[in-house]
Amino acid sequence: MGHKILIPTPLRVYAGKQDVVEAEGRTVGELLANMTAEYTDLRHHLYTEDGKLRSFVNIYVNDDDIRYLEKEQTPLKPGDTVSIIPSVAGGGRA
Amino acid sequence: MAAEKPRVVTGTRPTLVLRAEADSGIRRHGREAYPHECCGALIGREQLVMEALALPNATGEGSRRRFLVRPVDYRAAERRAAALGAALLGFYHSHPDHPARPSPYDLDHAWPVFTYVIVAVEGGEPRALTSWRLRDDRSAFDEEPVVVEEPKAAGGRRQAAGEA
Repeated sequence: MGHKILIPTPLRVYAGKQDVVEAEGRTVGELLANMTAEYTDLRHHLYTEDGKLRSFVNIYVNDDDIRYLEKEQTPLKPGDTVSIIPSVAGGGRA
Repeated sequence: MAAEKPRVVTGTRPTLVLRAEADSGIRRHGREAYPHECCGALIGREQLVMEALALPNATGEGSRRRFLVRPVDYRAAERRAAALGAALLGFYHSHPDHPARPSPYDLDHAWPVFTYVIVAVEGGEPRALTSWRLRDDRSAFDEEPVVVEEPKAAGGRRQAAGEA
């Protein structure tokens, strides 16, 4: 059974203009791999060239940041919702 | 310090329209946060910003020159947009005593699709307000013209850039 993945506004254009997509996976890493296999344009916005999640991409399982769980090895239970949440940052002087 | 001259709207770039309350809200937030940077979300439809939602600046790198929107606040902004039947169009932030132009740091941290509004705050007073959008190849920002929608009684629109 698939899990829902909530897509943030700036990435929807790379996910068929959808705000929610579904994919299967036993862990967060598997889920994201399956999702990006289908929506390939999402890959370079989520991952660096060496395959690591970008530091300004936050992945939540329900209300918890996977950095404080088991990162991409975080297991998924039926009904869990995964959210991709951008860190928005900037500032004036270098 | 003198405000920058208003820009002339030319070409085919889409123009960002700010409701008058959104424009005044961004400027007020910039003034109140000075000398620190303020930040918030732009909520609206297509190129119309209906609401500027003030958010806390959560940076740990020095809020006089940086801003950070926490994930919990990002999610609150998406929820607010959905509740209004609108979209999250982007974010605004202030540049205290610094021009209203994106910094290299802004470029490094920008997302596609979003509109980024910057208001310069000079000595505590909001001045130039500009809007920017990341190029698809992430190489640079393109500026988009900004106009402010006058309250209904007044009618019409005025240009935003350069106003104090």
